[in-house]
Amino acid sequence: MERRTVNTDVLIVGGGTAGCYAAITLSNNSDLKILIAEKANIKRSGCLAAGINAINAYIVKGRTPQDYVDYAEKDANGIVRHDLLLSAAENFNEVTHHVEKLGLVILKDENGDYVARGNRNIKINGENFKPILAKAVKNSKNVEVLNNVNITDLLVENNQVYGAVGFSIKENTAYTITAKKIIIATGGAAGIYKPNNPGFSRHKMWYSPFNTGAGYAMGIKAGAEMTSFEMRFVALRCKDTIAPTGTIAQGAGAKQINSKGFVYEDKYGITTSERVYGTVRENQLGNGPCYLKTSAIGEGNSQEFIAQKDEALLKAYLNMAPSQTLKWIESGKNPSAQDVEIEGTEPYVVGGHTASGYWVNTRRETTIKGLYAAGDVAGGCPQKYVTGALAEGKIAALDIVEKWTVQDDYGLTADLQDKSEKIVKNYEIALAGKPVNQQFDVEQLEEAMQKVMDSYAGGITVNYQFNEKQLALADEKLLQLQQLAINLRAKDLHELMFIYELKERLLVARALIAHLLSRKETRWHTFNENLDYPETDEKYFKYVNSIYEHGNFHIVLRDIVKEAAYEHQN
Amino acid sequence: MSIRINQEKCIGCGRCEGVCPGTLICLEKKSDGTKKAKMLYLRDCWGCVSCVKECPRQAIEFFLGADIGGRGSTMTVTNEKDILHWNINKFDGTKTVIDVNRKNANKY
Repeated sequence: MERRTVNTDVLIVGGGTAGCYAAITLSNNSDLKILIAEKANIKRSGCLAAGINAINAYIVKGRTPQDYVDYAEKDANGIVRHDLLLSAAENFNEVTHHVEKLGLVILKDENGDYVARGNRNIKINGENFKPILAKAVKNSKNVEVLNNVNITDLLVENNQVYGAVGFSIKENTAYTITAKKIIIATGGAAGIYKPNNPGFSRHKMWYSPFNTGAGYAMGIKAGAEMTSFEMRFVALRCKDTIAPTGTIAQGAGAKQINSKGFVYEDKYGITTSERVYGTVRENQLGNGPCYLKTSAIGEGNSQEFIAQKDEALLKAYLNMAPSQTLKWIESGKNPSAQDVEIEGTEPYVVGGHTASGYWVNTRRETTIKGLYAAGDVAGGCPQKYVTGALAEGKIAALDIVEKWTVQDDYGLTADLQDKSEKIVKNYEIALAGKPVNQQFDVEQLEEAMQKVMDSYAGGITVNYQFNEKQLALADEKLLQLQQLAINLRAKDLHELMFIYELKERLLVARALIAHLLSRKETRWHTFNENLDYPETDEKYFKYVNSIYEHGNFHIVLRDIVKEAAYEHQN
Repeated sequence: MSIRINQEKCIGCGRCEGVCPGTLICLEKKSDGTKKAKMLYLRDCWGCVSCVKECPRQAIEFFLGADIGGRGSTMTVTNEKDILHWNINKFDGTKTVIDVNRKNANKY
């Protein structure tokens, strides 16, 4: 492999929503050299590839940022960071207005005010949200983008970050990037559990299948503290297409009903986890399938009204999840003529919806000095969604600018140079080495991992429930798979990326197991349904945090942070 | 859930390659010297249709896998300034076109 060294002031790993916005903010506020390393291409990479049709974290008229904090706290049953939620919420509207200036279309009423959808949402045409951000990055003069470069490791010494190592998936080149500050914005982790559609449409999942937990894995390996992995996210989605349901539920006012027509959401509660739990329970009780009652659109309304509503729904999904529109049309029945079947997804680890991710201070610096986290990879701040990812990119960027001091020349110590070379050698071994166990390939090991997690760590098949014996068994099997993964060999650079993605997922899965084992209670149905401890226990009104040391996850239970600011203690 | 690339319509411009969030499409050199887009991993498609919207020749067709209820209908997109024409060719031979103006926000 050719070796290339690149020096920059600030490296952003991952050019999705948070990463792009961090770059734009850095560029608008400094002359620093900024580099984005993105494994795909920033034009459509990350969660917003297909688009999005609402902003779900916005402070609408009559509401305050504190209202948002209170809502998220209640929804997560107390396990949130107040400082993180408040600082994100205080930025929701400003970042929204900025992206509107960049070209985002937002629905307005006759007075020019945004049209609210519910208490925290506004309606947009976000089909091109990501290209808008990518264009703004392109127009930023001091930002460079390395597309198709997959970062696998951070270079950390004495708990300070100095750079990162990765490889191109298009050219036979390994990259060592030195940077004075790094913002990690690689998203969360999908593909750890067996998905809803494990066959041909295995990637027809809700969360991006290309978000493989790379950022979590890099941080875990480098000894960064992680929080709340056990607060898994299981989304309630349209069956088959796994398309979002909020547009139907909130926009069209469709209620959740079981096959007998009974509205069951009142019975189980309406927090995010309770909505999924209710659906799972109704199925267990023999009352499935469950639906969102879109046929309510047709009840007692004029043909014209119904036609209008149907068309608006078909269009709304084209801007976000076009497969759902195709499904409606292919079935020959509009939303008003058939209810939409719903199901829970496989569990994800994703800090944009729940609180899983890096343990950060209020300015989003991780426990590793110089390393920041923004977006789904950052923990403690659930329900931050897209505007939260933008806000965190901005907060991290501004902290870097504020604290910037002229620093020594770029350079790595001999130890870090050795480490970098070792990492690259491992790429070469995987690329050129002789196959060791020819009978195993990435796909097979990935399926094995997903099956283990599904059966023993609370996947779809077991209604998201588990006990400690099963978790211990899962960890034992994951360890075996990690051993097998060492011997995987790649026929090209694309396959090399698949190998690293699998290794990342295996490590994230093991971190998840360690967290699930350490919260000995059931704080959230479905997300953390521990059959050994089916009740909430106030002893666990704490964050479950972990640090990976010498191959083991060291667990720390931390007190809930209620203050407006939080700084890491040594 | 995946895409099919019509090799006759493809002009090898490579725009799809640059928008796939999973880097699943590459340009392949054919024996006659022309370049054609190739879907490398059919089962790894997320269904975001970024490539379908980017293609200037409607050479990329989107479809639902049989495992998620697909019956053979396909979808392409034609861009005309701010208007996206979503063309759905149904399995029964009928056609549906839905026009979405980029300047109009979602009503739901």
